[in-house]
Amino acid sequence: MSSSSTLERLNENPVARPFVAIGNMAISGLTELGLVVQFFASAVALACRPPFRVTLLLNQMEFVGVGSLFIIMLTGTFTGAVFTLQTVNGLAQFNLESVVGTTVMIGVTRELAPVLTALMVTGRVASAMATELGTMRVTEQIDAMEVMAVNPVQYLASPRIVASAIMVPCLSMLFVAVAYAGAYIMAVPVLGIDEGAYISRIQEYVASYDVMHGFYKSIILGVLLATVGCYKGYNAAGGARGVGNATTQAVVISSISVFVLDYVLSALLMKFEPTYNAVSY
Amino acid sequence: MTDTTVVSVPDSPYAIEVKNVCKSFGPNPVLKNVNLKVRRGKTRVILGPSGSGKTVIMKHMIGLLKPDSGNILVDGVDITTLPHNELLNVRRKFGMVFQQAALFDSMTVGENVSFPLREHSVLSKEAIAEKVREKLGVVDLKNIEHKYPAELSGGMRKRVGLARAIVLEPSIVLYDEPTTGLDPLTTDSVDKMILDASKRLNVTSVVISHDVGSALLVADDIAVIHEGVIVEDVPAKEIRDSTHPFVREFLHTWFRKQ
Ligand SMILES: Nc1ncnc2c1ncn2[C@@H]1O[C@H](COP(=O)(O)OP(=O)(O)OP(=O)(O)O)[C@@H](O)[C@H]1O
Ligand SMILES: [Mg+2]
Repeated sequence: MSSSSTLERLNENPVARPFVAIGNMAISGLTELGLVVQFFASAVALACRPPFRVTLLLNQMEFVGVGSLFIIMLTGTFTGAVFTLQTVNGLAQFNLESVVGTTVMIGVTRELAPVLTALMVTGRVASAMATELGTMRVTEQIDAMEVMAVNPVQYLASPRIVASAIMVPCLSMLFVAVAYAGAYIMAVPVLGIDEGAYISRIQEYVASYDVMHGFYKSIILGVLLATVGCYKGYNAAGGARGVGNATTQAVVISSISVFVLDYVLSALLMKFEPTYNAVSY
Repeated sequence: MTDTTVVSVPDSPYAIEVKNVCKSFGPNPVLKNVNLKVRRGKTRVILGPSGSGKTVIMKHMIGLLKPDSGNILVDGVDITTLPHNELLNVRRKFGMVFQQAALFDSMTVGENVSFPLREHSVLSKEAIAEKVREKLGVVDLKNIEHKYPAELSGGMRKRVGLARAIVLEPSIVLYDEPTTGLDPLTTDSVDKMILDASKRLNVTSVVISHDVGSALLVADDIAVIHEGVIVEDVPAKEIRDSTHPFVREFLHTWFRKQ
């Protein structure tokens, strides 16, 4: 009681007001983070418990994975090509054109593939999940499911999150493959870099742990974007506008979190890699 | 019975008891100390004007909403304190017709009506299809299993919702305005269905209605709610003799139109 009145008094002070606002934002942000984690935990717990919803999982895997093939192939190819085009200029100043493949593929495997894949899938999939679940929420379809003694988190959220955890890393690997192709086409036929040197440098310096680094990250990013999409949709309220807000927030929050989480995961994973001693960060 | 889960012994004469329930949405009090009992095997009708809190009471009965204070007992078990998975078990006793039907729009009519069967029974595909046909027949719908809810009229959607609610033959059925938006003939057959379920199958029904005529036809007990307060709660026969001014006005308006 007294704390709220203190807050109210603070709020009347024009200097303190922005700090109160920031504090409130921080509190509500942390509260929501807790709720998202809780939502995720129950979705995972329910995924491990019968009834196992195999058909729903396969449907979602098709939607997340097969449905994203085209955009991932397109963005992957162009990313590989343009990254090569941009990098080769810098390297040429040191007569190091032949390591362009190494530079590009380290960047792609470790960062660009997981992050860009997660962003593309967020735009396509997290938004769709938020819209679909949000519409079901505001038209009482989720309530109807509850009433029919079916756990809606298990029916709706678990298959989506699991499907995303499986398919996003696969898409990320596909991104690596097509980016390799795009980079090769740009480097060898277009820019005229010696093929033998180009490939042997990649084989020498791009290690399997570079690929795994991106792979592990993309599992977590897949989980993240599906969880945010489902959570926002599941908790939508207030008709068509509420669903619209849920979708916007799902895309914004999930995209930002992809970058933040990517940094955290990169720092963590590098502790377990041979490169750890080479750089201090 | 050796398992330790809550096995309710239906010894209380009431299928549902709403006890001292208060509920507010934000600053807006919607239910003000509501007490309501639903006798087992009987039909309880809740009458009241729009916005009086009828749907909110019904959602409390099935645990979709939690009261701010008070309790709800289903077959003697307090559902307000049950963990979610046990609440889901209690809900298997229920069927519910939503005011806006709440059909799954990603599924066909057939998949909607068979949803509870596919989830909770071990029937074969053919048996399920037969059951779906039978229940759609009860609400005068034929050969629409393959259609999607978006292709149906409002009244048809409502009737599909009815069929879905009764397909598992639950012991308690909650009807939120089952006949609103239906033509007089279909209204009549839905009323008959509710009566029949109670008479033949000993089903407990809770019916929300605006329609005094239907109410008098199907009800064993009638409660009238006004602005979140139960202002009258009597056996159906005695509702005409109510002395409460609001109830008299509500009924008289209807009788004058007849
Ligand atoms: N989820 C909710 N959030 C906020 N307010 C709500 C919510 N649900 C219901 N209310 C409020 O509760 C009151 C009663 O609503 P309820 O849906 O129970 O009315 P009703 O008696 O079913 O009316 P009708 O006959 O029109 O369906 C209304 O004033 C409504 O604004
Ligand atoms: Mg209502």
